[in-house]
Amino acid sequence: MKFLVCISNVPDTTTKITFTPDNKEFNKAGVQFVINPWDEYALTRAIELKEAQGGGTVTVLNVGEADTEPNIRKALAIGADDAIRVNAFPKDAFFVAQQIANIAKDGGYDVILMGKESIDYNGFQVHGMVGELLGIPTVAPAMKLDMSGNTATLEREIEGGKEIVEVNTPFVASCQQPMCEPRIPNMRGIMTARTKPLKVVEPTGEGARTEVSAYALPPAKQGVKLIPAESAGELIKLLRNEAKVI
Amino acid sequence: MSVLVVVECDGGEVKKSSLEVASYGSQVAQLLGTSATAVAVGEATEANLAKLGEQGITKVLYDAEPRLKDFVNGAYTKLIAAAAQQEDAKVIVLANSNIGAAVGSRLSVRLQASLATNVVELPKADGGSFTVKRGAFSGKAFADVTLAGERKIIAVKKNSIEALHEAGKTAEVVSFSAQLSDADFADAPKQVVLQDQAGGILLPEADKVVSGGRGMKGPENWKLIEDLAQALGAATACSKPVSDVDWRPHHEHVGQTGITVSPNLYIACGISGAIQHLAGVNSSKVIVVINKDPEAPFFKAADYGIVGDVFDVLPKLTQAVKELG
Ligand SMILES: Cc1cc2nc3c(=O)[nH]c(=O)nc-3n(C[C@H](O)[C@H](O)[C@H](O)COP(=O)(O)OP(=O)(O)OC[C@H]3O[C@@H](n4cnc5c(N)ncnc54)[C@H](O)[C@@H]3O)c2cc1C
Repeated sequence: MKFLVCISNVPDTTTKITFTPDNKEFNKAGVQFVINPWDEYALTRAIELKEAQGGGTVTVLNVGEADTEPNIRKALAIGADDAIRVNAFPKDAFFVAQQIANIAKDGGYDVILMGKESIDYNGFQVHGMVGELLGIPTVAPAMKLDMSGNTATLEREIEGGKEIVEVNTPFVASCQQPMCEPRIPNMRGIMTARTKPLKVVEPTGEGARTEVSAYALPPAKQGVKLIPAESAGELIKLLRNEAKVI
Repeated sequence: MSVLVVVECDGGEVKKSSLEVASYGSQVAQLLGTSATAVAVGEATEANLAKLGEQGITKVLYDAEPRLKDFVNGAYTKLIAAAAQQEDAKVIVLANSNIGAAVGSRLSVRLQASLATNVVELPKADGGSFTVKRGAFSGKAFADVTLAGERKIIAVKKNSIEALHEAGKTAEVVSFSAQLSDADFADAPKQVVLQDQAGGILLPEADKVVSGGRGMKGPENWKLIEDLAQALGAATACSKPVSDVDWRPHHEHVGQTGITVSPNLYIACGISGAIQHLAGVNSSKVIVVINKDPEAPFFKAADYGIVGDVFDVLPKLTQAVKELG
């Protein structure tokens, strides 16, 4: 079985977010980039399923410029077999989805996995766009994925519960916890990752459909109003009369 | 030309987030000088759909096909696309829910529309450009996004738009069929498992949330959280380590790797306020923190705080709520 796992390169969760002076772009200076945490579930689960099947391949795919390669190598170190980088700045979800769909179409992948969303843009869009571009089912967001032959059984989160969904390959799923325990690379993985193939291809398809015209930070909090523990009940009055939320 | 609103229904009722979406859609319609039609999915009653008039909807399309009761991506996408074609919808508004995101992303490709999710404000449309404000960087920032093209899809974040309410206005409910075939139900759920929700309030929909962390010491103490939640009419939630050790079910875990919530009131009890936790709650309107450590990082993100022991403070809060009557 051939797995395609899409990973994005995002600022580390603990990063303090700042923008360029014109507020048009995220300020990358001094920021550590990591594999999008949601994508780690997709990657690890694909590797686990491949191992359980005793064969097959896991290919990682990233749409990004050359500076994303350290994280692509990290995905190889975790256990992917090979990688493809589409050499382009990921302009918007539609742009990225087209790149993924085009690679998937030519590569004959059975299962396309990705994280639920990226922690920078929080789009939660790419999965459905890829599914629609390829004309195959999408299951999003998935909390569990098992395979038996060409049939996958997934648990899909819904508000207030979950659904058990069965689909046949090929399909797309966006992953979230508790699908698996994401793996971290070991020494052997890091050594072998250097020799695994990383193919770079140029983008195809139309441009983006959306554009960020400006970023902004939320207004700073006014500071916390502390209520002494002895008179905790006062808080409830403040929530009613001052904050007007109860 | 019109605005189409996707309304999710559950157990016959229109979901709260869909009332917000309907209000959003009718205000967009006003902005564009047109009317707002809704298409309903899930289990609905005609009477409840007609009440969408109170949110400014003039007409509701409803396909009573029983297999549409539960979410089916293929069928929902086809149904909404057919409604959009019939109504010549230039703007489609849906909730930034799991259903909204799953369908919205497929629809955007099918209808060649531009898509913005996580939207928190009404659009600005001037001189041909159409811009919406959306949350980004896990609640740490906002982005103004310009949507290109003739058709646009907007997924509205929960609790970010006040639902309109013009008592007594009704919408016309019209039966609608998208001529769905068996193939459209290929991804229908085999089984739907509903979880126990404290007081029947769904966490993703809740406008008040009481949440507990490792400071609660063990699952046997959750009664204190539940009592306060029940008194307030709030949903309950927890931090990740709490669900990792099974004190609480996974679906209550909020944060970067859990559910993102944006209630009007978030009360954090015995939670340190790690950045990964904040990522899921920091767009709550009012944050209250109860922690015995005055240095807990959560106090920096809080509006109100009590430095104290949760076992002492929580019963007092519950008592005070009950006294409000
Ligand atoms: C990749 C990644 C993703 C993550 N995703 C999430 C996520 O989605 N959600 C999440 O929550 N975490 C997440 N985490 C974990 C996060 O970093 C923190 O470890 C976690 O939020 C801490 O939970 P806590 O505050 O309940 O526990 P602790 O950090 O142990 O804090 C307990 C707090 O309770 C207080 N306390 C103790 N006893 C009392 C008492 N009697 N009365 C009052 N206060 C008391 C303490 O002072 C302390 O502040 C993630 C971590 C990583 C690395």
